[in-house]
Amino acid sequence: MKLIIAYIQPHELNNVKRELYSREIFKISVTNALGCGQQRGYHESYRGVDSEVNLLKKIRLEIAVNDTFVEPCIEAIIKGARTGQIGDGKIFILDLPECIRIRTGETGNEAIG
Amino acid sequence: MIDNLWILISTILVFIMHLGFATLESGLTRAKNTVNILFKNVSIVAIGLLTYSCVGFSLMYPGESFAGGWFGFSGFGIRPPEGGMTLAYGNYTYWTYFIFQGMFAATAATIVSGAVAERIKLSSFLIFAAVFVAFVYPIVGMWGWGGGWLGRLGFHDFAGSTFVHSVGGWAALAGIIVLGPRNGKYVNGHVRPIPGHNIPLAAIGAFILWFGWYGFNGGSVLKADPAAVSLVFVTTSLGAAAGILGAAATSWFIQKKPDISMVLNGSLAGLVSITAGADCITPLESVIIGIIAGIVVVLAVLFFENVVKLDDPVGATSVHLVSGIWGTLAAGIFGEGTSVVVQLIGIAAIGAACLVTAFTILFAVKSLVGIRVSAEEEMRGLDIGEHGMEAYPGFQIFVTQ
Repeated sequence: MKLIIAYIQPHELNNVKRELYSREIFKISVTNALGCGQQRGYHESYRGVDSEVNLLKKIRLEIAVNDTFVEPCIEAIIKGARTGQIGDGKIFILDLPECIRIRTGETGNEAIG
Repeated sequence: MIDNLWILISTILVFIMHLGFATLESGLTRAKNTVNILFKNVSIVAIGLLTYSCVGFSLMYPGESFAGGWFGFSGFGIRPPEGGMTLAYGNYTYWTYFIFQGMFAATAATIVSGAVAERIKLSSFLIFAAVFVAFVYPIVGMWGWGGGWLGRLGFHDFAGSTFVHSVGGWAALAGIIVLGPRNGKYVNGHVRPIPGHNIPLAAIGAFILWFGWYGFNGGSVLKADPAAVSLVFVTTSLGAAAGILGAAATSWFIQKKPDISMVLNGSLAGLVSITAGADCITPLESVIIGIIAGIVVVLAVLFFENVVKLDDPVGATSVHLVSGIWGTLAAGIFGEGTSVVVQLIGIAAIGAACLVTAFTILFAVKSLVGIRVSAEEEMRGLDIGEHGMEAYPGFQIFVTQ
């Protein structure tokens, strides 16, 4: 079992979701996140004064998958979120020692479902 | 003197309707486009008043010597005629009449901004609005109010169900046809709702519009005549109230739950529909007209969204166009000394003129500067894309749909 955490551009979420669904990965968590990387930020103006926005809006995806779904899941995120420009995001893959479904008490691979 | 004062007070009330439009439209659209919609609403007031003072007033009220029935123009700018400030001009001054009418012109233009929201390029919108309100609104308005052929035919539109609301509504319809729906509104042929971000703001807008409507209709009497103004207040209020009732019942029945956005639209539909005949119907008739408007506006919103698949974020076409048509017809059905046939001729003539000109301007703008923002800008929000600033800095806003 793996936990896949990805940071992507907010406006690419729909594409990523579509790609995930087409690979039969339906269970995801999405949160708003702020962060900065190489791009550092962008400029906004307020009352005529230029201000640098340091932390960019990102979307954090968390997807718990069984081992066979790791590759398709990564593929889907890359296909959906990649534009080729700075700021497309990153994917982190973590080992997931345990998973429990609250409703049934199932554990492990069953619980990821 | 008191007549002059009353029209000026009404002008103030019509002015505050712009705040109503601004809050209603920003409430019913997404948070990421709020700066953009406010910007459009503010600039529309400027465009409306400036073009009206430059050419609009002279096109709409060209005076006897210029009125040819279809078109007339009495010169650039606004210059009071001899005796424009005295009783020789009327029971109000030339300046009063100009500013009251100018505020109306701005109102007609602002109707379009909600319908085309969240996807139109700011520059294209401003060009379209400026040309439309400078020429189309005053020319068709002259047909009815400025001594033109429709008015001579006996077409009755008291305060502008057709000349203000339908004119704006036709332009809105042309706009949403040319623009196409927002991204994510129709997925594989299915409608996806895109909820507005601030329903309390939308409710404030609806109430402010109702408030301003007392000046819109009440001032259109053009006299502080106790009998006429008080009748107009009663029919206007009852029409709005009945519109709420009609929309609430219809949405409750069709959608299984009463929908507040439909009910707000219902109050406005009642107001729009009562505007054509507010001076010549009885209070009971105003209730009937309002209830029907409330029912029709809900059906129209569902029809535009599900059947013809036109995306109108705030329902401007349903509220202003459909209810405007119904109100104009109703003035012919219920009003004294009015004719349904003449009303139909007027509706058709104005509709054809507005649609043709609106499409022409829109296609010209589209080929010159383009009309829609890029898909990426639409996703990120027009606030960042067009203005480089956010409406709610510091708030975490989902911009994922």
